[in-house]
Amino acid sequence: MNKILFGTAALAMSASMALAQDVVRLGTEGAYPPYNFINDAGEVDGFERALGDELCSRAELTCEWVTNDWDSIIPNLVSGNYDAIIAGMSITPEREEVVAFTQNYTPPSPSAYAATTDGIDLDTAVIAAQTGTIQSAHVATMEGATLVEYPSPDETVAAMKSGEADAVLSDKDYLIPVVEESGGAVMFVGDDVPLGGGIGMAFRQSDPELREKFDAAIQSMKDDGTLNAMIVEYLGEDSPKF
Amino acid sequence: MCYLTTGKHMAFYGSFGTVLLLLAITAPVALAFGFGGAMAARSRVAPLRWLGKAYIAVVRGVPDIAFFLFFVIALDQLFEWLRHQAKCPDWDAAIRQGNDFVVCPAAKLPLSSSPQIWHEAYGFSLAVLTFAIVFGAFAANVLFGAMKAVPRAQLETAEAYGMSHRQTFWRILVPQMWVYALPGLSNLWMVLIKATPLLFLLGIEDIVYWARELGGSKTPRFTDYPHGDWRVYYFGALLVFYLCFTRVSEIVLGRVMKRLTHGQATMGGEAQRKAA
Repeated sequence: MNKILFGTAALAMSASMALAQDVVRLGTEGAYPPYNFINDAGEVDGFERALGDELCSRAELTCEWVTNDWDSIIPNLVSGNYDAIIAGMSITPEREEVVAFTQNYTPPSPSAYAATTDGIDLDTAVIAAQTGTIQSAHVATMEGATLVEYPSPDETVAAMKSGEADAVLSDKDYLIPVVEESGGAVMFVGDDVPLGGGIGMAFRQSDPELREKFDAAIQSMKDDGTLNAMIVEYLGEDSPKF
Repeated sequence: MCYLTTGKHMAFYGSFGTVLLLLAITAPVALAFGFGGAMAARSRVAPLRWLGKAYIAVVRGVPDIAFFLFFVIALDQLFEWLRHQAKCPDWDAAIRQGNDFVVCPAAKLPLSSSPQIWHEAYGFSLAVLTFAIVFGAFAANVLFGAMKAVPRAQLETAEAYGMSHRQTFWRILVPQMWVYALPGLSNLWMVLIKATPLLFLLGIEDIVYWARELGGSKTPRFTDYPHGDWRVYYFGALLVFYLCFTRVSEIVLGRVMKRLTHGQATMGGEAQRKAA
């Protein structure tokens, strides 16, 4: 027993020593405004960029941003190509079997349908959603509706606009700018759907020290209200706050 | 500063260089893999022959996307595992912890403290290696067939002159087989040119990734240059690029074919001889 304890302590020490000098690599998708996107300068920008940088400075870590395809974002995390996912990833029980989440940094926020006309019967419609998301999982359970999946969020909206799909189901925060800037061509239809347990950062299950540092930083941002201010700034007044 | 010179567009232009560099490195490496595979597959040593045939059959049978999703990660883990064994013999925690793959920090490839450029270079080399293994298997099959297509009489003559197996192979068989291999290899080259979008699965941003990213509709909130769905124009530009590239490849391959045909006992070689 002693030996195990000592081993764990030594491991924890060596791990935290290693972390002190290492760079923490943050993986994101870079295609999901306002959460994360590539700005005109070619850099990662958006809500999660600002949030991630603030969390890193609070946890006194040096962070670096990496973009990765959504499809392979979890396999590359568990295999160690970067240390955390911060990519608008909702906390779900299925994902928790593979990765470990921090507490959520957005409250559970609704998903919504958008379409080009409001006369759509969602029960029998063709609905576009991004592959491997809580929205695509939700449409798959809807009897009568047909799911079409696309690899990136932008392509789901493009499919709805071009008529390939009748409607698109996505995070409401993602669709709000799409609807507002469309000048009336795109509108929300049906009721909002509450999905997921909010968005969190995902870490390897074997990496609890790093996760706890970010968890504490998120908690401190919740406590002093900076997180709410950031949500209002990037996601809008109407987005749910803590 | 205008729309076409934003940092994003610069990255788009740069990615053409990435793709060309990838092709320039991958093609010879894949050819070497193919040559090795073909040599192994026709070896007189049975285990080597099985290895060569298994390589050709297995790799050709696995879909590219599966290769790029799983094989590359497995390859990366293999390298890190080897380094882990060498550098951290005292490490007593398990490497496989559930889904996670955890090696000691000194064994990470590249070290997580190294600058992003090294991560990109490493990803790039993994991509080259994976492309070389996949396309090498196809090339091996082409070369294997080409080696068989060299007329038996040529090899018999070499043997009659007292050449050893090795001499016959290098002096008679190899110089003559290229003319049979070239049509198959040129097909592979054309496929390889267009296979680069698979790179984004490895985090490498190629021309198709940037075309999709730049062409996707942009709202004024997130950019100074809002526009609708312009993907068709960006993909149109890529179409022109690919067509030009294919045309140049065809011209070059045509010239190579002409050279290789020279003095060969094939219909093309005979026609050249008569014309001269």
